[in-house]
Amino acid sequence: MTLIDLANPTRFLALTARVLPWLAAATIILLTIGLYQAALAPDDYQQGATVKIMFIHVPNAWLSMFVWGVMSIASLGTLVWRHPLADVAAKAAAPIGAAFTFLALLTGSLWGRPMWGTYWEWDARLTSVLILFLMYLGLMALWRAVDDPSRAARAAAVLTLVGAINLPIIKFSVDWWNTLHQPASVMRMGGSALDKSFLIPLLVMAVAFTLLFVTLHLAAMRNEILRRRVRSLQMMQASRIAFSSEVAVGSREDNASKEAGAA
Amino acid sequence: MAVAGGDCFPNRWKPSMTALAALIRRDIRIALRVGGGALIGVLFFLTVVVLMPFAVGPDLALLSRLGPAILWLGALLASLLTLDRLFMADHEDGSLDLITMSRTPLELACAAKALAHWLAAGLPLIVATPVLGLLLNLDMVATAAVALTLLAGTPALTFTGMIGAALAVTLHRGGLLMAVLVLPLSIPVLIFGVAASQAVIVGPMTFGAPFSILCALSLVSLVIGPFAAAASLRHGLD
Amino acid sequence: MTMSLGPYASFIVTSYAAAALVVAILIGWVMLDHRSQTQRLRELEQRGITRRSGRSATDPR
Repeated sequence: MTLIDLANPTRFLALTARVLPWLAAATIILLTIGLYQAALAPDDYQQGATVKIMFIHVPNAWLSMFVWGVMSIASLGTLVWRHPLADVAAKAAAPIGAAFTFLALLTGSLWGRPMWGTYWEWDARLTSVLILFLMYLGLMALWRAVDDPSRAARAAAVLTLVGAINLPIIKFSVDWWNTLHQPASVMRMGGSALDKSFLIPLLVMAVAFTLLFVTLHLAAMRNEILRRRVRSLQMMQASRIAFSSEVAVGSREDNASKEAGAA
Repeated sequence: MAVAGGDCFPNRWKPSMTALAALIRRDIRIALRVGGGALIGVLFFLTVVVLMPFAVGPDLALLSRLGPAILWLGALLASLLTLDRLFMADHEDGSLDLITMSRTPLELACAAKALAHWLAAGLPLIVATPVLGLLLNLDMVATAAVALTLLAGTPALTFTGMIGAALAVTLHRGGLLMAVLVLPLSIPVLIFGVAASQAVIVGPMTFGAPFSILCALSLVSLVIGPFAAAASLRHGLD
Repeated sequence: MTMSLGPYASFIVTSYAAAALVVAILIGWVMLDHRSQTQRLRELEQRGITRRSGRSATDPR
């Protein structure tokens, strides 16, 4: 049985080809609007111009969690419904999520330098994002460690779901740990009461980055489907060569022996 | 090998219970015999703790301040590293297939195996703690606190690590990859375990709050671990 | 258009530049990956390896 003969991925490719240009265009337009508004946003009375880092830090931090959520749903699809596209979705999302998580860490650290005086503070939020980043890397290592995609998919699905259950617990523990070690003087980034002049560009940027993720994810899923087609075609080729070289032992067919020699 | 204990229960008494008891007894016996590896965990624990003074210096005041953290880290690594082969040996000799196919729910069988592993490899760590506490200049109360938190916390480590062990056997990969996958999940246990021990020694806060959260974490992992491990085995072994 | 970024301008510029760089890497990776996969599919097809459905593998149908 080959994955490529399943109807769903094929239909998915057709859909992707139609939707991707529109998604890319929408992403570019929203990103432009968001960046323009972010540039126009006033300075914060406390943080000055550094508040501008927030407009990329917060969307990336949001995506770092959102992508894990997407992977969890895909993992349910793998384990429960055995949907053929689910493991493709989960695998394609991992590196993109890791990249956004890395950006959240990096911009958080760059934002923290003027605020705290150091690049890294064991601040509760940054620490949880760091653990999340480690988990993304572990998941990617798991995907790479196993040859057979469907076997890797099921293992990764279990790990993703366990991670999804554990992430709130980790977040809670790190918050608790942080207040234990840094009483009261913790600098709170962002804060809940954001002025409208910050909130609107922030929301636009968040939507734009989410669209960016959706676009990249669909494109990466398309690549993954093509990669699996290559894989199954190569296996077909290998089995054909093995078969034809068996036949060719008697008949010495030119082509078959050449192919077997090339392999 | 796995039939012992069958005759002391009447037959109508859930056969799966006796099967689980037999599984636990078998696993403990295998773990404790020569080459079983359970006691190597204690040796590893001892070695890690002995290494620490060479890293931070023989300052007794500093060591007693770091003591709970060192003991917890050592126990964490020891209990996770011994878990590597929890399912692997059974997979190699084929008994894992029998366990998967038997009428006993796989979740329960996983829980039984983890329990056996904890009894054979986790409990000795706790027994060794007072000796190691002595080396780290911890007083009686502090040592007791660390031992108690380890008693409450190591089941969580075992049951979380079991997920990694199940992934290891389905992927035919073990060792470092599994440690990398499981260690981030054990951060909450480490935080609350060390916090509860520190609360007794220095802390301004009470022992009760972090300790009860630690117990809660153990109970949660008692539920999640067997289900995730069983799911991984069921989906991965075909 | 001049924008005053205050004393920490370099941090702001660095974080925006890093975000742009990472996003560019992601886009580049996706596009290069797509190109190499379609290329390999085409090569396989030229060697006469086709999908069971008989359709072209690069064809999104």
